[in-house]
This record gives sequence, structure tokens and C-alpha cells, in this order.
Amino acid sequence: MQRENCWHCGKPAEDLFCRFCNALQPPVPDYYRFFGLEPKLDLDVAGLQRKFYHLSRNVHPDRYTRGSARERQFSLEASAILNDAYRVLRDPVARAEYVLKNHGFDIGEQRSRDVPPELLEEVFELNMALEELREGDQSARPSLEAARDRFVALRGGVDTQLGQLFREFDATQDREVLARIRGLLNRRRYIGNLVQQVEKELAA
Amino acid sequence: MPELLQIDFGAQQPKPRVVGIDLGTTNSLVACMDLTGPKVIPDPAGEPLVPSVVSYTRQGEMVTGQPARVLLIDEPDRTVYSVKRLMGRGVNDVQEELALFPFRIAEGSESVIRLQLGERTFTPPEISSFILRQLKQNAEAALGEEVRQAVITVPAYFNDAQRQATKDAGRLAGLEVLRLVNEPTAASLAYGLDKRKDGIVAVYDLGGGTFDISILRLHEGIFEVLATNGDTHLGGDDIDNRLIRIALEDVQSEWGEDLSHNGSAVQTLRRAVIEAKERLSFVPFTEMVFEYQGRKYERRFTREQFETLIQDIIDRTLGPCRACIQDAGVSVEQIDEVVLVGGSTRIPLVRRAVEALFRAKPHTELNPDEVVALGAAVQAAILTGDVQDKLLLDVTPLSLGIETMGGVVSKLIHRNSTIPASASEVFTTAVDGQRNVLIHVVQGERELVKDCRSLARFELRDIAPQPAGLPRIEVRFLIDANGILNVTAIDQRTGKEQSVEVKPSYGLTEEQVEAMIRESQELAEADFRERQVREARVEADAILAAVEKARNDDAYFELSEDERQRITEAVNQLLLVYHADDHLLIRERIENLNNATMHLAEMMMDTAVRSALKGTKI
Repeated sequence: MQRENCWHCGKPAEDLFCRFCNALQPPVPDYYRFFGLEPKLDLDVAGLQRKFYHLSRNVHPDRYTRGSARERQFSLEASAILNDAYRVLRDPVARAEYVLKNHGFDIGEQRSRDVPPELLEEVFELNMALEELREGDQSARPSLEAARDRFVALRGGVDTQLGQLFREFDATQDREVLARIRGLLNRRRYIGNLVQQVEKELAA
Repeated sequence: MPELLQIDFGAQQPKPRVVGIDLGTTNSLVACMDLTGPKVIPDPAGEPLVPSVVSYTRQGEMVTGQPARVLLIDEPDRTVYSVKRLMGRGVNDVQEELALFPFRIAEGSESVIRLQLGERTFTPPEISSFILRQLKQNAEAALGEEVRQAVITVPAYFNDAQRQATKDAGRLAGLEVLRLVNEPTAASLAYGLDKRKDGIVAVYDLGGGTFDISILRLHEGIFEVLATNGDTHLGGDDIDNRLIRIALEDVQSEWGEDLSHNGSAVQTLRRAVIEAKERLSFVPFTEMVFEYQGRKYERRFTREQFETLIQDIIDRTLGPCRACIQDAGVSVEQIDEVVLVGGSTRIPLVRRAVEALFRAKPHTELNPDEVVALGAAVQAAILTGDVQDKLLLDVTPLSLGIETMGGVVSKLIHRNSTIPASASEVFTTAVDGQRNVLIHVVQGERELVKDCRSLARFELRDIAPQPAGLPRIEVRFLIDANGILNVTAIDQRTGKEQSVEVKPSYGLTEEQVEAMIRESQELAEADFRERQVREARVEADAILAAVEKARNDDAYFELSEDERQRITEAVNQLLLVYHADDHLLIRERIENLNNATMHLAEMMMDTAVRSALKGTKI
């Protein structure tokens, strides 16, 4: 992507900081570009953290208190994008959703309400047990705990599958893979909600 | 021509100082960085703590700090304390406070509370501004220069309105607030915990009126807050109020008189209670003595009794601690250090509770009353660039959302997001030709708008009339490094900025702040004089230093004896009035010295130009 010239020295500015005069440039809103990363789903989070700390030291508004109004504005915007980007990219699910959205996929929440068919029976039993516990039947507790452990394991399985699909997409850039990722994310969210619900009831 | 002279003589204006201020519920402090580290600046009497008490005297003067604390007893109707509890809040929020504190709310306090002190009313930011003004003066007296910029601390759990109110208070006091920094985070800066390089730290901050818990990750000088939690209505005040209530009941049964509505009696009792409470942190039992109008009430308290009485108040801090640990995504075992902040952490029961929860002996090396102000001074030095190896990355304590259909909140920025943080949302119209769209922004964790705190209503205005649903206006919500929300909007079709009008739900509008600044100028007449004197002295310092330097210049020796005599005379004349409180006189003598040195300045300029020309070798 073509960038404007540096607002400060007028020379071509391709990076966040001008190569010639080191002035902070208006930040790009793309999370991967901001970090100077290839748009890969399979990401080295430790490396991301190092970059985050490094960039924070250089763009944070604390560094521009004595700067011009323009620099302070750029610094504020750049820091906001940096923090937003770090929050999204360090989390595999948020990262995948971000990439899906950039590829035009709808990632609305409502899809997660449909019960994945292979889980129907399990969810039905779970709801019965939840109902019993709510009515004060403590004997439902062990079966709920077992169910929670099962769902946590299921979620772990989804995460492994997601990791494989991430690498597959990075290698192929195949849209079909993204569609499968979206399906898995919905399943994961559904399971996640179940776990949360069970934990809430168990804690109550 | 003082400017020309200063340039010629190369008198350097020092870099303006930025002070750090802890604007506390009970006490306030100002601190500043010097060569050896952050230092608290005491008042002229040598006291580091300025009680956060303000009194409006019958003579129409504002009195703050220790003298105002005395007036709490003599003039309870004209004196106010713990005003921090009211910052950024509406009357409906503070009903609980009103039952426990002698706040006199004036008529017509809807979105902004007004306190009645004698025959005048003041908003909480105005009251706070008098405390800030006092701190500013203390700093100026000690540093010998004007102070215009400050870092002010706020409880981490303060919401947007409370932060804005604090910023307003700064402006009213004539201070540019360069940054609001969260109290527990500031404390971690003061502790210099980054010396251990990497680790996880918890800061437990129980002050006079607020409780905060923050968990940070330290990494090579970066202080990254992972999560924060707290209660903006929990602190030493609550302990005092409980003891006062018990004592009042005792007194009523002993003396047969209900003193609970007698302001002066309650304040005298409050002092007795606080002193007893403070003693119990160091001795196993104490006598609480209350004398009023020739009568005496005494009660012996053991520390054990005291602890039983306050156990539930201390327990209320534990829930937020656990939630914070969970939100930070760490286990108790991973927390390397715990730091105690706030006067209430001197209470042994608090220390035991913290030790039990975090399974670690907490740090108490620094004075818990001073550590926040010291940290604010470190942050000030970070902002001026004097400290470069440290950086604070803080979080927003509360989620930010907008109202959607059916009064449901749609969250845009989640709590514990590192700030600055932002979120964008596209809005459109519901009716053909609709010109305005109203966006209701709330802060809080609950699902329904009615359970969250209304922040403001933003109105997108002058939308070009189009069929319903066609306009696309992208609204960007940005929480800045102070934790304060900024909203901008862009019409996506035209790319032009869309006008947004802000209607804050609580707190002061821009116009109100401006009006108050004008009003405060009347009250600050005396301040103003003082400031003028101080400014004149700064100017005098500059010219005296410049003349001193010039006396070593070759040009000086080219002057006639008479001219040199005149300069010496003018210097002495200026020194003579330097310590007088008459800024006009000081300025007059500066002008005299200016005139006396005019020829010298010209000669030095010529020499400079000549040597510059020589240097270029034309």
C-alpha cells in the first residue's frame, strides 16, 4: 500500500516512524500492518508481546507530552490502535474473527445459539442436570462436574483443530479453510457458553 | 525590551516543573522529582499532609488544610471534608453518603451537586480546586518558581465522570493536568519495583474513602496493569462512621442527649474516634475520650474489639481482590510482591487479611500516606522526559457500552483493556430525512442500561436528509491515557467529520467550567497578587543572572566607568525591593536595570554579529 509523504520532512514515509526524520506518522488502522507482521493466523505470541512493549515505548502519549498538537494526536491514535491490535492478535479466537471479518465473513453472535447437532443429546442431558441443581438437588452436582470436564476437553479438541486450520490457511490462503474456521469458532463459542453456565451454577 | 535583553545575554528559562499531586479523600500531598528521586513538598510549616478540608469563612475567604480542619469544629456549617466522595456524582448517587456525612446539598443540584457553605454554594470540583491551589502554592513557595502543570492521581476504579471532575478541579486551580494517573499504579512506580526487572505485583490501596486493587506485570521498566478492581465507596471513613455511631448511641444513653445532629459535637467526636483508631494500630488497647461542653465520655477499646467491629468492612475488600486476580489471568502463587498503599493499611487487621489472601508478606517500606504522591512525581518526570526507562500502561476499570434496543447495553470496550483504547460503530437513521441521531454511552458491567452508569448522550447533528438507513456514520469511541472518553464521528460517504454534541449525564459542561474559572478569579484576588509578585521575582532572577554573566564579557570593560556605575546602582536598587510584596515596584526596578544595560546589550550584540560574520569568511 502506498503511503503519503512524511508530514514533517516531506520525504516518502512508509513506516510508522519516518526513516529520515523519525517523526511519528498517522497510524494505519490495520492490526497486522501496524505490528509489521504478515497476516498469518498462526502467530508467535511471545514475539508479538516483545513487539508490543517495544512499540509502546515509542508511541505512548507519555512520550509526546511536550510534542506538537499534531504529534500528540498521532501518538494517541497510534497507541489506541496498538493496544486494540495487541488485545485482538494475542488471542487466537479474536485474531481469527478479525481475519474472518477482513475477508468479508459475517461473525455475528446469533449463530452460536444453534445447537451443533452432534452435541444435541449431551446438551439435553446437561440442561436436565442444571434444572435439578437449580431446584436444590445437590446429587446433580457430580454429573454436572463431569459434564463440565467433558465440555472443557471438547473445547480443547476444538482448539487443536483450530490450530491446524490456522496453519492450513496460512499456507494455502484458501477461503474454504476460513469457512471451516468460522464453523469451528461457532462451535467453540457454543461450548464455551455451556462451560460458563455450568460453572456459574456450580459456584452458586 | 526585556525579551531582547534575555536573548542577548542568553539567560536560560529553566524547563517548567511538573508536580505530582495526590488529591486524597482525607489528605492531599504534592511531590516533585529532584536529583535523588521523588520528594514530598511540605507546606511552609513543614507538614507534608494537607488535610482535604475546605472552609468558607464569615470574612468571605477560602481556608484550606490544617486551619480548615480546625474550623470543622468551630464552623461545621461552613466547612467540608471528604468531598472526593462527591466528585463526578449526581444527587441520586450519593444518598448513602448524605446519611453518613454532614454534606449540605444546596437546592437545584440535579446533574451537578452544589454544596452549601455559609451563604455560598460550591461544586465538588470547586472545593477540590481550593485544595489543589493550596498544594500549588506550597510547591511554588518551596521551589521558588511558578507551577502550572501537574499529574494528579485518581482511584483506579474512578469512572469517566469522576475523572473529568478531577480534571476540572485542576483547571479551576490554574493547573494544566498533564495526566490523571491511577493511585495504585502510581504507588508501584514509587516503589521502584522494576528493579527486580520481571514479575507480577499486586497493589492493595485502602485510603480514606476509596479502595483499589491492581495487578501489574513488570517487564524491563514497563509497568503493565493486567487488571484492576475496587470500590469507590470504601475506606477509613467507613470505619470512622461506624465508631462514631456507636459512640453517639453510648453518649445518648449516658447523657440522655442525641448529639447526632449537632455538627460541632459530631466533628469533635470524629476527631476523638480517628485518634483512637490510629492509636490502635500501634497499641493493644486505648481510651477514647470525648469531651463536650464540660461533659466527658470515655470508652476503652481493645484492638480485638475494634477488629470485630470492622471485620466486615475489611472483608468487603476481598471480593474485588479475588475478581482482580481472576481478571488478570494469574494465580495467587504467581504474584511475587504485594504493596500496601493508603493510611488504612496501617491497621494490623488489614495487613493480616492481605497476607492471608496473597500468601505473601506485603511491602510497607514507604509511608503509605506518601507513596501515591511520590509515584505521581515519577510519572510527572516520565512526561517531561527526565525519566526515560519507565513506562506505565494502565487499563480502563469499567466496560464502555452504548444503549441498544430495549435498554440493553452493547459493550464496545471491555474493562481491563489497556488504554488508550478505541472502538468504532456505524450508525444510521431510522426515519426518512432524520437529521439527528442520539447515542447513549454508559459505563459498567451489567447487561441493562438502567444498571450501568450513564456517561453522556452524544448527538450526531446535521445529518444530510436521506432515506432511512442510508446514512452511514462511523463513530469512534476513544478512551485516552487519562481514562477519559473522547468521541468523534465521520460520515462514511463523504469522509467528512460529523458534528457531535456532548451532553454529560453528570458533571460540568465546558461553559460551566469556564464560568467557574471567571468566578474563582474574584476569590483568588489575593492569590493573583501573590502570583504577580512571584512572576516579577522570576523575571528579576533572569535579568540579574544575565547581568552577572555579562560582567565577565569583554564588552562590559569597554563601557565607561559611569555606565558601569549605573548598572551596579540599578542592580542594587532591584535587590533592595526583591523581597517586597510589591510587584509593580519590582517591575519598575527591572525596567531601570534594563535601561541601564541597554548599551551593554547592544555592544555585546555587535560583538556577536562581528564574530559571526568573521566566522563565515565572506
